[in-house]
Amino acid sequence: MTLLEQFQLWLATMWPEWAAYVTPAIVGVVIVIAFALCMVIVFIYFERRLLGRFQIRLGPNRLGPEGIFQPIATAVKVLLKEDIVPAKGDKWLHWLAPLVVFVPVLMIFAVVPFWEGAIFIDLNVGIVYVVAISSVSAVGIYMAGWASNNKYALISALRMVAQVVSYELPVILSILGVVLMVGSLSMSQIVAAQTIPFILLQPLGFIIFFLGAVAEMNRSPFDLLEADSEIVAGFHTEYSGMKFAMFYLGEYCHALAYSCIIATLFLGGWRGPLLPPFLWLLIKVVAVFFVIVWIRATLPRLRVDQLMSFAWKCLLPMAVINLFVVAAEVLWLPESLPWIMVVVNFAFAGALILLWSKLFTLGGGRVEV
Amino acid sequence: MAIKTEPFILNIGPQHPSTHGVFRLRATLDGEVVVDVEPVIGYLHRGIEKLAEGRTYTQNIPFTDRLDYLASITNNLAYVLAVEKLAEVKVPERAEYLRVITAEMMRIASHLMAVGFFLNDLGAMMTPVLYMWREREKLLDLFEMVCGQRLTYNYMRIGGVSHDIPEEFLPALKRFVAEMPGFIDEYDQLLAGNEILLVRSKGVGVLPEELAINSAASGPVLRASGVKWDIRRADPYSIYDRFDFDIPVGSAGDCYDRYWVRVQEMRQSVRILEQAIPQLPEGEVCAEVPRLLRPPVGEVYGHIEAPKGELGFYLVSDNSIAPYRFRIRPPTLINLTALKDMVIGWKVADLIITFGSIDVCLGEIDR
Amino acid sequence: MTIALNGEEVAEKIRGAFPGSVVAADKAAVIVTNQSLYQVAEFLKNTAGLDFDYLTDLTAVDYLDYFEVVYHLTSLKHNHSLVLKTRCYEREKPVVSSVVNLWRAADFQEREVYDLMGITFEGHPNLKRLLLWEGFVGHPLRRDYL
Repeated sequence: MTLLEQFQLWLATMWPEWAAYVTPAIVGVVIVIAFALCMVIVFIYFERRLLGRFQIRLGPNRLGPEGIFQPIATAVKVLLKEDIVPAKGDKWLHWLAPLVVFVPVLMIFAVVPFWEGAIFIDLNVGIVYVVAISSVSAVGIYMAGWASNNKYALISALRMVAQVVSYELPVILSILGVVLMVGSLSMSQIVAAQTIPFILLQPLGFIIFFLGAVAEMNRSPFDLLEADSEIVAGFHTEYSGMKFAMFYLGEYCHALAYSCIIATLFLGGWRGPLLPPFLWLLIKVVAVFFVIVWIRATLPRLRVDQLMSFAWKCLLPMAVINLFVVAAEVLWLPESLPWIMVVVNFAFAGALILLWSKLFTLGGGRVEV
Repeated sequence: MAIKTEPFILNIGPQHPSTHGVFRLRATLDGEVVVDVEPVIGYLHRGIEKLAEGRTYTQNIPFTDRLDYLASITNNLAYVLAVEKLAEVKVPERAEYLRVITAEMMRIASHLMAVGFFLNDLGAMMTPVLYMWREREKLLDLFEMVCGQRLTYNYMRIGGVSHDIPEEFLPALKRFVAEMPGFIDEYDQLLAGNEILLVRSKGVGVLPEELAINSAASGPVLRASGVKWDIRRADPYSIYDRFDFDIPVGSAGDCYDRYWVRVQEMRQSVRILEQAIPQLPEGEVCAEVPRLLRPPVGEVYGHIEAPKGELGFYLVSDNSIAPYRFRIRPPTLINLTALKDMVIGWKVADLIITFGSIDVCLGEIDR
Repeated sequence: MTIALNGEEVAEKIRGAFPGSVVAADKAAVIVTNQSLYQVAEFLKNTAGLDFDYLTDLTAVDYLDYFEVVYHLTSLKHNHSLVLKTRCYEREKPVVSSVVNLWRAADFQEREVYDLMGITFEGHPNLKRLLLWEGFVGHPLRRDYL
């Protein structure tokens, strides 16, 4: 039973039934959205400072102590900008697209367990819900690209669709490995099952999921749809002001949401010694985000065909093999000896990655025209 | 069954993050594949060739700064060498050394920008650029010591250079020369083995040797295609024949080779600096040349190996104080000639990096 | 060191192949007639011993009486160079044959000369203004353009 459900039961003793049902829902939504938006602001600041460090410069440090008010100033600036709609664009779609991108991302947080019982709603199909809802924002990005009546935006939107469709598969297959071990789709069950974090039990699954997640949230080196050296700003080339802010927030929310999911699925969620559980989750989320920023500051971008072949030739077969291996281990290995599984899986992951790096290259060639 | 597709035209630029200035590539694309590409230039055309016909020889030196503004010392050098050839001016020894030292510093600075922005075009998020700028900043500080400027130096004069170096310059330069090989090693370590860099740039944008010569590519673009042609060696100007350096040559002529050749050239420039500093003689830095120079009637073509290629000045004199004809041979414009052949059939992303690997500077293309 | 070939000697060879094509020759340059320019260029490019495979620079000078189109040729193989010139006495519509088929390098440079000097290059596949915009009136690098 989650905390919100207990709250609802307690209210029902005093209030009419509908009020007891609605009030906890509103309270929960406010808390979750407040958490998400506050964390996003922290993330924006964190990323900019961190990129500064990686790029041997300082990063924003003028506004407030160590520049902590910079994201707020940026937000105010962005909101005050003129809202421009392309003359030949589709006005309705152009208006709707930021919402379609932003809202589903926020909805992911509904199933993130913050600590024991602290989850907005403990769906028994929690992880399926995450996968389903996070793909919706691809539709929003496609809408944005189409409605802008801009060729860069359209190229970006088409790249996005191809990319999300390709990377969804390895991501789902690697989630299945986790689900097999837990025996449940519920997020709180997944956390509860991790006496040993799944990153140790399934290193390969973690790597595949992490790379797939980076691709799905369009971060470097898979940031093709915002490849600013090629297609300017991609799908939000024609966006400004509040609508652009929605995309911007949506992007960071996506990063935050996926960091939360990675922390929950593979790093043991809120579990951890000594510190309060919520703090443990935060530490893990920030650690995941740190790695994402690190990759962004380090690697150049892949080309679109290389991106595709990476998904289909490398990640997907590895994810399938990983799924079979995990299934076999769950079936035949005694449950009392999880550490054997750790050793076996690490060796296996290393061998597989080595094999794949020898067998496949990403080089795509010239096309005759 | 193939899907029937129709090509469409994408205007890359003039407002675009990776056109390195105001430049337009009119690209015809079939999906992501480049079918045709036509550079459209002239957005920065200032008519320097026409303006120069109305100014004296000395007054034209600042114009040359505004050509390739990332390598203005070498522009100055090319111009004053052409004028000196025309007017038969003898340059003092110390000035020759200062010219070589500053020109090689300029080459390093220009290549740093080129390599950094090539990586930026590959999508590496400014990080390589900022690493390169760390060293370029030191070079700019050195230039500031010499002539008080950080971008348009206007340092060369007909018959020498404008100032002698201050006494703090040489120790700072020596420190730079001592440090620089380490930094180049660092770039190599960070970049040269990067898998994504390799798959993105190896075999991409190939310029075959024959086409490179036929389209008069010059500088690193020509050498990456396997032609061992460096004007510092082939037609030594100033005092380059006194220094020992290698000419790095690529083999495949692809984007990676152009990148590699530039990195190696930085090493060779450091080598030249190492040799030039101890040899620097004492003495005058500028010969006695009349303010209003009147070269004899005639014409001259003076060329040097600028960082981006062969920079030439074709001057025609009618024995007046201003050149009768002032023609600049812009290396990057001519290097762009073969761009179309290099990118057709590749993706848009390859078009961007191929263009980036040519290392253009719009001030020079448009003049 | 790039050896600048003696124009007179090269002119002898050209005269041998195409009689009447050389207008004048001195140590620095060879001036050929407008009509024979393409053949001479082809000869210079393909003759063994000359092998001018590299068109360094192509430009034009307005001497008011005539236009002079200047070709700076280099041979990377032998490391020697030559200045080839041709003259155009027509002022309204000067025409020179294009050498793009021999040296791709002439592509942009001929367009530039067309743009700024107003010399038409016959046989150029894409002779449009290069630096100035379509519809610009006049050719700024001519000496009488003010």
